[in-house]
Amino acid sequence: MSNQSVVEIQTEWDIVAARQLGRNVAKELGFGTVDQARITTAISELARNIYLYAGQGRIEIQRLTENGINGIMIIAADQGPGIPDVRKVMEDGFSTSGGLGAGLPGVKRLMDDFKIETIQGEGTDIRATKWLR
Amino acid sequence: MVQKIESQYKEILMQYMQRQSEQNLYDGQNFSRQLISENIAPEEVISVHKAVMQEMYSELPDLVWHSFDLLIEMMISYGLALQERESLLQRQEELRVEMDLAANVQETLLKTKMPSLEGLDIGLLSIPARKMNGDYIYFVSDDNGHAGIAVADVIGKGLPAALCMSMVKFGMDSLNNAEVNPSEVLNVINRVVEKSIDDSMFVSMFYGKYDAKKATLTYGSAGHEPAILYRAEDSSFTELTAKGLLLGVTPVATYEEHTVHLEKNDLVIMMTDGVTEGRTSQGFISREVIFELIERKKDHSAQEIVHYVYEELERMQNAEFKDDFTLVIYKKS
Repeated sequence: MSNQSVVEIQTEWDIVAARQLGRNVAKELGFGTVDQARITTAISELARNIYLYAGQGRIEIQRLTENGINGIMIIAADQGPGIPDVRKVMEDGFSTSGGLGAGLPGVKRLMDDFKIETIQGEGTDIRATKWLR
Repeated sequence: MVQKIESQYKEILMQYMQRQSEQNLYDGQNFSRQLISENIAPEEVISVHKAVMQEMYSELPDLVWHSFDLLIEMMISYGLALQERESLLQRQEELRVEMDLAANVQETLLKTKMPSLEGLDIGLLSIPARKMNGDYIYFVSDDNGHAGIAVADVIGKGLPAALCMSMVKFGMDSLNNAEVNPSEVLNVINRVVEKSIDDSMFVSMFYGKYDAKKATLTYGSAGHEPAILYRAEDSSFTELTAKGLLLGVTPVATYEEHTVHLEKNDLVIMMTDGVTEGRTSQGFISREVIFELIERKKDHSAQEIVHYVYEELERMQNAEFKDDFTLVIYKKS
């Protein structure tokens, strides 16, 4: 079972809208305040990457149920330039040293599952899931 | 887990609310240390604080509780920074272990056998400033009383310098002849270094060939710290200079060589700039200081002199050598 909703990211304001959507869904699913904050921080980070590096894209929030456990999935998709060296951006200290924020390793830490697919010149698709315990 | 933390924290907070004593604050500090060791994120701590406060003071207005939600949101990034630090520390530890292994490999790889020659007492010490040594000593000898020594120093320290040294060893191994003259040895090694080492890397090297039958030392230098000859007869120190460019600068360099005859109790002191460029809070340690140290121990064995000089220089610099330290002394007996 899944049902979804989407926020298009074009301006910095859309980041707030994406956060709001994620928080509403997280709250409805029963995530506590701390986990809500983690989920929205992850959304912020992913939405800001789209806004800064791809120019535009979208954040999709999905509700998941697997083996009776509820969860939330953030999908961040864009048709931007793609990430040339994924290993590097997934390294600790790479994005944080430049003061760019938590970066993708941060998103990975905030969530339970993290998948990234990126093709240069075609875009990036990131899926991050958190399960309700 | 959270329940256990909550009850422990509640106890500390309750005490503090009643008395506000220094002891209560100290308990809080100790508790925070425990939380850190258990990898409890800061946002978690604030959330616990909020929950405990709600339990104890439910009558407080909503805006108090809202304020904690903002704080929790803000602490998420701090929590991430903490986790990142943990992971970076772990990676640093992995690198440290790797460097230790590399240093062992280097030691085995660059091992050289000190020759035993009629009438010559040899003392040597080579101590790296970091894990890997950028200084290098190589001996080659034969059964006819010939022994060659190379004392080399890569401009630079650490891993790159150590890797560079393997090339020098490779060149020396391929020569494998104790009778070859210094100018030729330096020529060959210069070509090896020039061909195989990065343009930004240079090696200085002293090469001395000792002939036990004649008690002569023939030496050449590729931009290296000059060796020193101590004459026992008149207690004088002379620099053994020989013209020659650093190794690796140009493939067509030429190297001078000179010969000195050693008399009983004469010393030849070979070293890298880690010995001469030591500094104290008063500035560089002058060569005269080193000469004085050597003279003080001139009646001891070569190894004892070397150790004494090292220990004294180490003491003067508060055990902080900035550069790799290599000292070799030949003593004619």
